[in-house]
Amino acid sequence: MLAEALGLSAVLFIIGVIGVLIRRNAIIIFLCVELMLNAVNLTFIALSRYYGMGGQVFVLFVMTVAAAEASVGLAIIISIFRHQQTVDLRNINVMKG
Amino acid sequence: MDNYGLFYQFHFYLFGIIAIVAAVTFVTRRSPVAAAMWLVVVMFCLAAEYVMLDAQFIAAMQVLLYAGAIMVIFLFVIMLLNLGEASDVSDIHGIAGKLLAGFIGVVFLAEVGFLTRNGLPSGKYVAGRDYLSQQLAQYGAVGAVAKPLYQDYALAFELTSVLLLVAIAGAVILGRKESSRAR
Repeated sequence: MLAEALGLSAVLFIIGVIGVLIRRNAIIIFLCVELMLNAVNLTFIALSRYYGMGGQVFVLFVMTVAAAEASVGLAIIISIFRHQQTVDLRNINVMKG
Repeated sequence: MDNYGLFYQFHFYLFGIIAIVAAVTFVTRRSPVAAAMWLVVVMFCLAAEYVMLDAQFIAAMQVLLYAGAIMVIFLFVIMLLNLGEASDVSDIHGIAGKLLAGFIGVVFLAEVGFLTRNGLPSGKYVAGRDYLSQQLAQYGAVGAVAKPLYQDYALAFELTSVLLLVAIAGAVILGRKESSRAR
């Protein structure tokens, strides 16, 4: 089942990458990043059966980082929304020059 | 080499296929609320896969933390900013963006296929075949994770608390109203 789990995780990661590339809604891009983190977690879990418990501990750390990233990222999105009244990345181009 | 029953294999593939279908649906939904709900489906399927891969504690954490806490924050923000309604114009990039994304996806898949063609690494880092079941029998599902977490990775665990503190402070400062100029 190792090969199947790794394949599933690769497919989920690529769906996340494609989501980041084709969407313009900032919140959905964030959700795609979460999907990519989940795919990596699946790799850790699948390999931890063969390479020791470290993989499962790492997944706990990834979850913590994901929680921290979600809270800070969403605070940034709320702050952008206050200025621009939108989360569409087409309208957020103050750094474009 | 692995000797899994038909019941196990059927459910492994079932949840895998549901996860992929839900992920594709998630990426293509226009409404953020619908997208978040489909992502919750993906996370529940991944929790089921974790149980089948002998990581019961991580599966419980996946449901509690990811499908519970993190997705609730996302839904909360979507509702707070009143983004639940799908916008009239699609927010998906045009044909050039889709082609670029598809190309990058194919390149990534080819890369994964190329890297795994030679088989998985083996040698002194590979635990024995029954390593995980031994650990589970000796320490239980929680203890098997807790023992390395508080012994080998104790420093990283402590640093995680600093990370969370920084995240809390950052979220509070970023979320503060503009009018409070006392920065």
